[in-house]
Amino acid sequence: MRGLSAVLCAALLPGLAGADWRGEIALEGRGFTQAPVDPAQHDANLSLSGEIEFHTRWDEGRQSFTLKPFARLDQHDEERTHADLREAVWLYHDDGLEIRLGVTKVFWGVTEVYHLVDIINQTDVVENPDGEQKLGQPMLKLSLERDWGTLDMFYLPWFRERRYPSLEGRPRTQPRIAAELADYENHRRQYHPDFALRWSRSLGDWDLGVAHFYGTGREPSLTFDLDRDGQPVLIPHYEIIHQTSLDVQGAVGDWLWKLEALYRQGQGPSFFVATGGFEYTFYGILEGSGDLGVLTELMWDERGTESTSPFNRDLFLGLRWAANDVAGTEILAGVIQDWDNGSRLFNLEASRRMGNAWKLGLQARLWNDVVDSDPLFGLRSDDYIELKVTRFF
Amino acid sequence: MRATSLLIALSLLGAMPAAAVDGAGEAAARGLEIATEADRRDTGFHDFRAELTMLLRNRHGEESQRQMRTQALEVDGDGDKTMIIFDSPLDVQGTALLTFSHKTGSDDQWLYLPAVKRVKRISSSNKSGPFMGSEFAYEDLASQEIEKYTYRYVQDDTLDGQAMFLIERDPVDENSGYRRQLVWIDQAEYRPIKIEFYDRKDSLLKTLTFTGYQRYLERFWRAREMFMQNHQTGKSTLLTWQNYAFRVGLEDSDFTTNSLKRAK
Repeated sequence: MRGLSAVLCAALLPGLAGADWRGEIALEGRGFTQAPVDPAQHDANLSLSGEIEFHTRWDEGRQSFTLKPFARLDQHDEERTHADLREAVWLYHDDGLEIRLGVTKVFWGVTEVYHLVDIINQTDVVENPDGEQKLGQPMLKLSLERDWGTLDMFYLPWFRERRYPSLEGRPRTQPRIAAELADYENHRRQYHPDFALRWSRSLGDWDLGVAHFYGTGREPSLTFDLDRDGQPVLIPHYEIIHQTSLDVQGAVGDWLWKLEALYRQGQGPSFFVATGGFEYTFYGILEGSGDLGVLTELMWDERGTESTSPFNRDLFLGLRWAANDVAGTEILAGVIQDWDNGSRLFNLEASRRMGNAWKLGLQARLWNDVVDSDPLFGLRSDDYIELKVTRFF
Repeated sequence: MRATSLLIALSLLGAMPAAAVDGAGEAAARGLEIATEADRRDTGFHDFRAELTMLLRNRHGEESQRQMRTQALEVDGDGDKTMIIFDSPLDVQGTALLTFSHKTGSDDQWLYLPAVKRVKRISSSNKSGPFMGSEFAYEDLASQEIEKYTYRYVQDDTLDGQAMFLIERDPVDENSGYRRQLVWIDQAEYRPIKIEFYDRKDSLLKTLTFTGYQRYLERFWRAREMFMQNHQTGKSTLLTWQNYAFRVGLEDSDFTTNSLKRAK
């Protein structure tokens, strides 16, 4: 696939010379405040990433092609040094019909913290532990927009394996996850054809989405084992699953309401997971132009301590500050607490624009009182602060 | 005699408030009549596309610029549908805002974030918030529906030698940042020429002036420049409209959350 992507890029780049393009380059530094659990890990890390997007349209705007390669160079983590074709997609649309063919990204979901129902694209875990970065997914997507809502149909011919931090990567689980030893329930492995269907509709103040996915689960089960050198590792196991999901968001006055829920079959006994909450915003507080939002989200997993996710019995409380100034200053600070075992994750994200083409970002993550039964236990010493400077073109 | 003067006095006392109500009613009717005529003259454009530039200037004279593209569709019996796509600053390039404005009740708004390919519904009760850090609030840029205000005709006036109607309009929505607005509308073409915005404490907050009017499809007047001066902060924003194109064939399907994801 990587080879194919390179060939595709090389073939298409000259043809796209006249296309619109945009890009960004980001330099990121991370500093860790505690000694690592594994001596192979480091106290600081530098990383450089770049992304460029070419876009061209024709047929009076009905057809377009987008190409978006991404690459990262990481000081210590050889798995985080990676390239990915985020998009290489042909789009056709006309009067309520839309076709997308190629590699692209689709996001489902409404909540702030736990992106539960989002399943089309594999998470690019090495990019950021927040799970918001995704690998490009090859697909044929057909959308019908009608009075009764929008129907999206997906055929996903090829599965993208999750990538995990290498031995020197940080933050990471203890022991590391050995992606190279991944195994599959289905003998076709990455070539198992996956399908998905989603109906969505806006009704007044509310947006609804109902979806079903059949195919290789994006989130693997992990089992303890030894790697080829006899070192302990976690081995990912990809099951064939059926997953039915619901997402709802509503804007009522100063309240935003959010709910995501799913029912999954095929990954152990069938189970139900839900996350939801609200965001209430005080607009123009302190006689100024800034807005302060108060966020609360609950995460509940029927599997309890058997859950593959750390967000099994958790509560998120957060504050969002939007200054609405020329620099677009924003701060999101919050804490996620497991109400069963007391483990806590503090999270801070702030950003600010500098001039027309630069942006400064700050992130801090601190794990606190993490018990050894929690999936986040491996990250207990990985508290870090990240500073990122991005130049846009 | 005494009885007569008492009767006269009583009838005068009775008549005075009645006359005042009549005067207020007349001023309201005249104000609404002018607003309705202005709206009637601007109805029927069906759809348009345009590009806009915002030049933000703070009290020290420091400037920053925003560039956007917009498209709008008239909706029979309701407020317009509009989409704004951001081109700069570059970190928000490709971000798009879809608004279904309604004559009564709150508008529906969705924001598309291209980096995560996510459509977020946003609360539209935030009418008074600054748009992109500018001196324009969301409500200043929203589709101006008659039902969003109550009106009062103040007087005839002149601005730069042009005959004007001066009307006062009070926002109906309690989330509006304004107590009232004074609007100068030219008598010849019923176009807004100047608006004074008074904050909730009734102090003069901002003045908006419209210049460089051009006529499209031989009927629809659009100002090339809209200059908003904030009197309380000393900041200003100059909004310049370019490349207006009317009746380009936009439809409902160009204003959906799915079409937001296609916006580039």
